[in-house]
Amino acid sequence: MSAGHATPVRLPTQRVGRFEPSQVVLYIVLSLIALLYIFPFLIQVATVFKTDNDAALHPLSLIPQNWTSAALNQLVLHSDYGRWFLNSVIVTAFVTAGRVFFNSLAGYALARLHFRGRNAVFAALIGVMSVPMAVLLIPRFLILQNIGLYDTYAGMILPLLVDATGVFIMKNFFESIPVSVEESARVDGASTFRLFWSVVLPMAAPALITITILSFQGSWNELSHFVVSTQSPRLATLTKGVAQLASGAVDAAKRYPFKLAAATIMTIPVIVLFFIFQKRIMNVGAGAVKE
Amino acid sequence: MKSASARSSSRTGGIRRGEVISGWLFTAPMLLIVGLFLVVPIGMALWVSVSDYSGRGSPFSGEFHFVGLTHYAEITSGGGLTERNFGIALRNSLWYTLLVVPTQTAISLMLAVLLNRQRLRGRGFFRTAFYFPSVTSSVAITVLWLFLFNATGAINAMLGWLHINGPNWFNNPQGLLHATLSGLGVNRAPNALARHTILGVSWWDWLAGPSWAMTALMLMAIFTTSGTFMLLFIAALQNLSPEVDEAAIVDGANGWQRFWQVTLPQVRPTIFTVVTLGVIGCWQVFDQVFTGTQGQPANTTLTPAYLAYNTAFGPNAQWGTAAAIGFVLFVIIILFNLGQRAMLTDRSDRAPRPHRVKVGTKGAAS
Repeated sequence: MSAGHATPVRLPTQRVGRFEPSQVVLYIVLSLIALLYIFPFLIQVATVFKTDNDAALHPLSLIPQNWTSAALNQLVLHSDYGRWFLNSVIVTAFVTAGRVFFNSLAGYALARLHFRGRNAVFAALIGVMSVPMAVLLIPRFLILQNIGLYDTYAGMILPLLVDATGVFIMKNFFESIPVSVEESARVDGASTFRLFWSVVLPMAAPALITITILSFQGSWNELSHFVVSTQSPRLATLTKGVAQLASGAVDAAKRYPFKLAAATIMTIPVIVLFFIFQKRIMNVGAGAVKE
Repeated sequence: MKSASARSSSRTGGIRRGEVISGWLFTAPMLLIVGLFLVVPIGMALWVSVSDYSGRGSPFSGEFHFVGLTHYAEITSGGGLTERNFGIALRNSLWYTLLVVPTQTAISLMLAVLLNRQRLRGRGFFRTAFYFPSVTSSVAITVLWLFLFNATGAINAMLGWLHINGPNWFNNPQGLLHATLSGLGVNRAPNALARHTILGVSWWDWLAGPSWAMTALMLMAIFTTSGTFMLLFIAALQNLSPEVDEAAIVDGANGWQRFWQVTLPQVRPTIFTVVTLGVIGCWQVFDQVFTGTQGQPANTTLTPAYLAYNTAFGPNAQWGTAAAIGFVLFVIIILFNLGQRAMLTDRSDRAPRPHRVKVGTKGAAS
């Protein structure tokens, strides 16, 4: 308590003083860390426009000695990159649309509809969440092969259609909106599905956007499921194609501008999404934990 | 039964009669997919792990036989290559988890605390910068990492400025602890450590530490996850009442003391979450190994998930063993989480309580 007399003076000075040394140090520290986090990506983009030799000799330089689009040309004109991109678009579109619909259906039922077994369904969902993907690699292949979906688009898409996290987000959201709106529509005699479709769902736009973002990111960046669900090159997605490109033949081992171009272009869609929905993504980023 | 349903329908006034049907219809797609692609496959894999399934046809076709716990025995005893590979994969992931989880937790908490100042210009910019690596796919970032950490790459060029001869990261299987000991003149294993083995791996090799290649992958994990976890910590810090902190300022606590004795005890639940997610993630590493190293050099980046994949889809196609590795991995993840839960709750019961009470009364007094 004796120190208590000195400190109240310190509080106001902290608010008025603009150029405190501690503040300057903080900005320097933050800027250095930010540089550390961003610099690798600047190198990546710069290297795309370098020649193989330039990339090997000046790995740190952000300005190519001779600007060249050879790596990009090679990638676009003389590889299967277009095919991979198309496959990623197809799978991501179906998975995202499916997840938005099925997650909100299930989330609504678990939040609002009273039916016997609801708690059991919810408990089962929690159980499902605890099984890690790494454990599912072999089981997923086994089931797909047995029901004839191995190496098909259906086999790539269907298993990804429901994610427990998405159901949770929707359930929590529906629980947070007042019941009164639905009750009045119910009295008007609307069926449960109509009520869900034309009254509840439009109100859920913020949560739906969250699900869309998470599903898009998740399925665009997915690798392991496609590794165990397909084998033919025509079904390769960007992740699988680029992974095989990176690990591929010995002669390709040094073509870094080419590989980095492949890695850069596949990142553009998620970056565009990120900058459009930046604020929302960072508020829900918790849901998209990646390792 | 009849009276119960009559009672419930009269209670809800008949409006909700269709709810039971709708409830099941609405959850049906989810249940179907979860059942078909999660529950059934896990059952199949359990059977495969105790049968001689060859990877061709249905495991239930009658062609294959029950072999008991043979496959589980193969990976935990017997002295074969399978056991040794499994031991090595466990060693790699143990080091990976033990080093990555505390580091990523500490760094993400530090970033969150730095950004959680009352007056901070450019907060949005910094937050975006730190989160950015978390957005990109593990495949794309692995390709970048292979370039940055190659023998003559950007990292070694920067180490060169400091007159340090960087290692040939992704081709160097030497463990960091072995490297340190070798720097101190210890190049060979003491007899006691070389003679005894666990899971076919000598004690000396268990203690090797992560290889340079694995270290590069660990740095990547920290780089790509710290932003996500930072967001969790920022959310937690924003929920704290500023009065407690202000009371501590009034009491003359400096920033360092306030962090350890005021902030840290309050964000303990978030630390628990981050550590749990971190542990689960660390034991599952697959993409980076598939894309970048395929377990090399000298199996030092082999992880249980990649080993399971390679055991089934590799040239030997040992499906039973692969399935068994998957289930053992599941058990390990559960055990790790239980252990960590015991550790973190134990401490919160003892140490922080006096602080919380003390701070609370001061906050109320001011």
